[in-house]
Amino acid sequence: MRRVAITGIGVISALGKNACEFWSALEQGRSGIAPIETVDRSKLRFQNGGEVHGYCPGDYFEEKHADFIDRFAQFGVIAAREAIRDSGLDRDDIDSESTTIITGSCVGGQCSEDLGFVELYQKDRGRVHPLTIARTMANAGASHISMEFGITGPAYTISTACSSSNHAVGQAYWTVRNGGADVAITGGSEAVFSMGFLKAWEAMRVISPDTCRPFSKDRTGMILGEGGAMLVLEPLDRALARGAKIHAEIVGFGMSADAGHITQPSVEGAARAIRSALRDGGVPPEQVGYINAHGTATQLNDPMETAAIRAVFGEHAGRLAISSTKSMHGHALGAAGALEAVATILALRQGVLPPTAGFRQADPDCDLDVIPNQSRRADVEVAMSNSFAFGGLNAVLAFRRYDASRDRTS
Amino acid sequence: MSDPLTQRVLSCIAATQRISPEKVTIDSSFQELGIDSMDGINILFALENEFDITIPDEQAKQIHSIREMVEGIQKLVAEKSPAQAQGQ
Repeated sequence: MRRVAITGIGVISALGKNACEFWSALEQGRSGIAPIETVDRSKLRFQNGGEVHGYCPGDYFEEKHADFIDRFAQFGVIAAREAIRDSGLDRDDIDSESTTIITGSCVGGQCSEDLGFVELYQKDRGRVHPLTIARTMANAGASHISMEFGITGPAYTISTACSSSNHAVGQAYWTVRNGGADVAITGGSEAVFSMGFLKAWEAMRVISPDTCRPFSKDRTGMILGEGGAMLVLEPLDRALARGAKIHAEIVGFGMSADAGHITQPSVEGAARAIRSALRDGGVPPEQVGYINAHGTATQLNDPMETAAIRAVFGEHAGRLAISSTKSMHGHALGAAGALEAVATILALRQGVLPPTAGFRQADPDCDLDVIPNQSRRADVEVAMSNSFAFGGLNAVLAFRRYDASRDRTS
Repeated sequence: MSDPLTQRVLSCIAATQRISPEKVTIDSSFQELGIDSMDGINILFALENEFDITIPDEQAKQIHSIREMVEGIQKLVAEKSPAQAQGQ
């Protein structure tokens, strides 16, 4: 089995249009959650979201090209471009069948679908745009990345609601680890802001009328977000041989199904996925210093996740720190795991743990160290990132800080 | 026998939960009727349609029993149209 390095990262989200802006906001505990602008919020019970502020497709795509790509797939391509640039790989290095693309998305191009339905049902026009199918399909992100970079290896998309991109990154990690590919472009993207989809969330009564306050006793629910994040994975040896910068290593991936309820999460299911990721990477639990939590700020998730972490780590749970960066970038559903992977990797690399923003009041049912409101310096050996989806499908990733000096001596 | 509005709420709950109307009384507990949180949200949606009202999220969170559900609907219907609330 090969060790797998993360050599490139790219991200576009409510916290900015590149990884540098993303990290700067996380480090300062600055939230990108604001009144929704791309949908008429006067018709909604909730007002706030994590939109990519000031996004203009023309800044990234020629007009004709942009017509073919839904907002969610645009975010995927933009994040992939940054990640590949960051990795230092040339087009010649990746335009082959030994590169794989695995992306995650929960609802694909539902904004394009929503527009089509407005034409059909509201404006009573007899036809929808002929590109609706090509824009809506959830694999459009992976397809456009493959076309832009000439990547001809295995490319596909995983859709497991809020766990989509953790499942995608995990599969990409295993593929590279097992020799199935020499480079992986992996992550996820999502564009959630359409009237139809926001109304569906409104009906579930889990969106906060205020903001996202994970683990806080006065939390009032989640805040939706959008964006995309991609990683470049390579075998560590190969990355070192070409003198690449190593952000971190990815060292474990675990999955589980609750086999319980379609929306209520289960402590046992979540705990099984965390344990499975530790086992997969041969990581002793006491090496874990930070967990980027699923932390949606719903009434049910946060106590469940606290209990799951306590169940897995026992006494060590009291020594590790967790935070939910959803408090700043919102819950980007199928892109959440990818955004949070970037946050976790940068936390390891920078030696700074991002906080849980918006935290006001301790909750006895969420009694872990949640890094309230202010980031903290800490050199952590191993960090994990949790995703627990509706439908009870869980996916957890483990990352290790890369220490070049240790590799030279061993 | 309960008033017509209560009857309408109870039958709406029974229909949404797909159980026989005789099983649902004002004193039934959510647990007895197998109503979990997602079922509760489904029932509130059905009641909103049945009575053409909007149940605010804050109010929805306070509902933990059939009786509270009935009382909440009575209040919202009364605010909308006092005559209908009296079952007239």
